Amino acid sequence: MNDMTPTREERAEKLQGMGCRRKRVEDIRFTQGKGQYVDDIKLPGMLFGDFVRSPYAHARIKHIDKSKALAMKGVIAVLTAEDLKPVKLDWMPTLAGDVQMVLADGKVLFQNQEVAFVIAEDRYIASDACELVEVEYEALEVLVDPFKALAPNAPELREDLRGKTEGAHGKRIHHNHIFNWQVGDKAATDAAISNGEVTIKEMISYHRTHPCPLETCQALASMDKIKGELTLWGTFQAPHVVRTVASLLSGIPEAKIHVIAPDIGGGFGNKVGVYPGYVCAIVGSIVLGKPVKWVEDRMENLTATSFARDYHMTTEISATKEGKVTGLKVHILADHGAFDACADPSKWPAGFANIVTGSYDFPVAHLEVDGVYTNKAPGGVAYRCSFRVTEAAYCIERAMDILAQKLGMDPADLRMKNFIQPQQFPYQSALGWEYDSGDYPTALKKGMETINYRALREEQKAKQEAFKRGETREIMGIGVSFFTEIVGAGPSRNCDILGVGMFDSAEIRVHPTGSIIARMGTKSQGQAHETTYAQIIATELGIEADKIMIEEGNTDTAPYGLGTYGSRSTPVAGAATAMAARKIRAKAQMIAAHLLEVSDYDVEWDIDRFRVKGLPEKFKTMTEIAWAAYNNVPEGMEPGLEAVNYYDPPNMTYPFGAYICVMDIDVDTGVAKTRRFYALDDCGTRINPMVIEGQVHGGCTEGFAIAMGQEIRYDEMGNCVTGSLMDFFLPTAVETPHWETDFTVTPSPHHPIGAKGVGESPNVGSVPAFSNAVNDAFAFLNAGHIQMPHDAWRTWEVAERLGLHD
Amino acid sequence: MIPGRFDYYRPSSAQEAVALLAKLGEDARPLAGGHSLIPVMKTRLAAPEHLIDLGGIADLRGVKVEGDTVVIGAMTTQHDLLTSKVIAEHLPIIPETSALIADPQIRYLGTLGGNVANGDPGNDMPALMMCLDATFTVLGAGGERTIKAREFYLGTYYTALETGEIVTSIRIKAMSKATGYAYEKLKRKVGDYATAAAAVVLSVSGGKCTSAAIGLTNVAETPLLAEDAAAALVGSSLDKVAIDKAVAAAEAITNPAHDARGTPQYRTKMAGVMLRRAIARAMTRAHG
Ligand SMILES: Cc1cc2nc3c(=O)[nH]c(=O)nc-3n(C[C@H](O)[C@H](O)[C@H](O)COP(=O)(O)OP(=O)(O)OC[C@H]3O[C@@H](n4cnc5c(N)ncnc54)[C@H](O)[C@@H]3O)c2cc1C
Repeated sequence: MNDMTPTREERAEKLQGMGCRRKRVEDIRFTQGKGQYVDDIKLPGMLFGDFVRSPYAHARIKHIDKSKALAMKGVIAVLTAEDLKPVKLDWMPTLAGDVQMVLADGKVLFQNQEVAFVIAEDRYIASDACELVEVEYEALEVLVDPFKALAPNAPELREDLRGKTEGAHGKRIHHNHIFNWQVGDKAATDAAISNGEVTIKEMISYHRTHPCPLETCQALASMDKIKGELTLWGTFQAPHVVRTVASLLSGIPEAKIHVIAPDIGGGFGNKVGVYPGYVCAIVGSIVLGKPVKWVEDRMENLTATSFARDYHMTTEISATKEGKVTGLKVHILADHGAFDACADPSKWPAGFANIVTGSYDFPVAHLEVDGVYTNKAPGGVAYRCSFRVTEAAYCIERAMDILAQKLGMDPADLRMKNFIQPQQFPYQSALGWEYDSGDYPTALKKGMETINYRALREEQKAKQEAFKRGETREIMGIGVSFFTEIVGAGPSRNCDILGVGMFDSAEIRVHPTGSIIARMGTKSQGQAHETTYAQIIATELGIEADKIMIEEGNTDTAPYGLGTYGSRSTPVAGAATAMAARKIRAKAQMIAAHLLEVSDYDVEWDIDRFRVKGLPEKFKTMTEIAWAAYNNVPEGMEPGLEAVNYYDPPNMTYPFGAYICVMDIDVDTGVAKTRRFYALDDCGTRINPMVIEGQVHGGCTEGFAIAMGQEIRYDEMGNCVTGSLMDFFLPTAVETPHWETDFTVTPSPHHPIGAKGVGESPNVGSVPAFSNAVNDAFAFLNAGHIQMPHDAWRTWEVAERLGLHD
Repeated sequence: MIPGRFDYYRPSSAQEAVALLAKLGEDARPLAGGHSLIPVMKTRLAAPEHLIDLGGIADLRGVKVEGDTVVIGAMTTQHDLLTSKVIAEHLPIIPETSALIADPQIRYLGTLGGNVANGDPGNDMPALMMCLDATFTVLGAGGERTIKAREFYLGTYYTALETGEIVTSIRIKAMSKATGYAYEKLKRKVGDYATAAAAVVLSVSGGKCTSAAIGLTNVAETPLLAEDAAAALVGSSLDKVAIDKAVAAAEAITNPAHDARGTPQYRTKMAGVMLRRAIARAMTRAHG
């Protein structure tokens, strides 16, 4: 060794492996406008499809006349439900066990529902021709309010289900009822609530909103009639599942379907399901033998594809006088719109809403969910959250604040008192989950100290006094949120999508010169998989991350996986990546021993090489081993250096965090200013701190939007009144608060690298922090529970109701 | 989000533009910055068959002073207004308002003429023009005439412009250095139209308000000139009683729509709050 020999630290640093703030490699193309999205793909002879949509929320279709549209020059075809019937694609299955119209079949059930699909030579002709399709409607009574859905005289929405008393998830009790789902011990919970020394009961609504990715949903289908092969490019968070579904629906063998998800401009759950636009593009291409592209516009995206939330959660907690919780009872009224198009694992009609006990040690709990139909867009997708975890976290975090107020306790102290303690992990929750690991008190304590919580409470008290004396028109709120998520779906024993277990996969191939191509069954929509998966491999295999290519989204080349949503990429495909890398390292160890002429057990791993135990100067680097794998392997060993792993996780992972929001509200305008927002996340092992911070910034920004005004709202006629970005609140950099991020590290004990997933935590955790801050600001005036969204006019109305403007 | 078919023209003089408009009739529309017109074309709420782009007419862009009057060409952009020394010196309330309109990209293209001719009560410039008692010079095939801003707005998207006429310039008397002024706008985010906004211009002499004008944005079918509110201030020492009276008078003439910005009651009250804040700020700027 000489001075030029790199130290161990230098060797490790060069890898840019786990823990490194490696710059996002995909940003080189994204920031230069060189990303390749579906709409960038142009094929010779490509046609465009566009939808005729219903102006009514509920109406019978008396007649469709497409003759004028068909007569227009450049129009190739106009599809209606009648045209889809012979190929049995007029309806399609949803992921939630329901069926959904592809094109309106006899009636329409929500405004902007797809009625006809016009295929033309270009986008402009298609759009013009849509105006020429004449549809005669007979308006029907509209049902918008989910609380009226189960009234005896409520209009019947789903005539196709008439007489069906068994749904996909058990008994239906009413024509607008979808399912009833119960978890927990009802009798014991009822007893706890009725014996509670202190109890609260509140209906906590999480309003309807929308993931609103910047790139809308789109697809390009190209059927090669000669080869009998279908290629489908699309905005798919789960391309492999799309291929399976496309094969099942079309009858084309799966091997002859090539599904490709190119770069995706944000998904947030919007791009998990299958939409009529995809089906119509496929049918169009199969029938015409030409490529057919469908690109949704912003208003279509907001009004027709996949809303999120719309959960109305009546929540009861019982506690002792000292503030120890004794029981939790939640009933959720779930509004699914016209079709139950939830994108949850198939057996979970309300996703993982039974994480609603949160971070607290509830001895007993009971959860009941009733799903109902209304004349609104279908869905119920997980908007940057793991299957209703966001709703559940909001429910418990709001309810804990309500309880704290009733007890006259500080909300942070109440949480501290009821936390599941570090020594209780693995922890069995009253609603059936096994929490893998956590240290909640340390995280909250760190947050409170960093933000100087007690001093803020003192300041708040002084401000309240000043407000009462008329010296200020501002009130101050401190919102505490301590969330526990359940992500990484999931173990195939309880998680599947249409029967396919929710494992995920990685395939790693080391080339002779020591560079690597690795492919996963997931699909990044901006989460930086190309950066972070490479870091896992870099650490596991001692190859520089810059020499590792990550590829996803092409079903021909990538191993089968269930895709990216529910924060599952790191917990599941990340685990598969580490496991596949370890298989390669095991083989590399044998090759190294062979090259060094010692036994397998006499070599040990050292960052980027195997060395002979006790003789550190005798080693073979991974690059040398890679070369040898192609020309000098031990006798009897297969040449080459690659591995595949399909990882079926033993459990979910349970990331958690402490978020604190400090807010000042102008009672004269209702305008709320976020003074500070502190986000501490514990996502276990941190692969790339910078990517984590970016995820937290993005998720908090969405949470800020949702809590403070972002909503999908309908008038009483079922017209969507927030269907454009003029009305749907998407904050800009100017409105967005500054985020202070922090962390603790409690690795997952069952995950190969201890990582838990973080992409969704900030959306889950920030919404209750914002909402609690608004509620906290008004608490000293006994405002009662204030529903979201907290936009200025609604907040002003609270002040008005409290007489603050008199 | 795909507009219907249209033909595009780019005349090089205002005369040529109005001749084209006269020839093509009802189905033709002038195009300025396009930031109100193109969005409504994309949603097919408007489908003009002919667009007459005024962007090629050099004479319509720019700011000059004629005696005590500032003359602003209709095609002068919001960005031009924000960076013009003449405007900063003589009409500082204009850049204060421009800065609250949309975002920088839109302000590079959006014009004052388009903003005032559009007829949308959500536009910020119309109420300000009424407050400043601006005069619009308009040109049609039959010749030139002038229309007072205060007589221009007849209803939502309905103005005193006749079909085929274009606004060529906006004439505004320069403000005296002693004038107090402020534009207060409540909006949900950058790029949002006002929940409510108020323009205030006032003069003070010997502790008394000697003149005042008030404009209100987006709280009725048209921009509003709040004359009673202004009258309540004149002669007063701008004390709480006078201001309360002005605010009540302003609130009394509003009739806002219910939209995602809030209920009519809220938006009316916000017109009052914006007015109160604008008066307070104008007072700190007024000398005399
Ligand atoms: C996201 C967004 C946010 C916005 N926010 C605001 C805001 O907060 N406040 C605000 O005031 N505006 C706002 N606007 C509108 C913007 O200011 C427009 O630029 C302005 O309303 C119209 O001016 P323009 O030059 O773009 O006109 P255009 O859009 O080209 O034309 C508007 C209308 O006026 C007519 N017209 C144009 N010029 C003339 C003329 N010289 N004579 C006769 N008729 C003419 C056109 O035919 C058309 O009917 C916003 C726009 C967008 C897209």
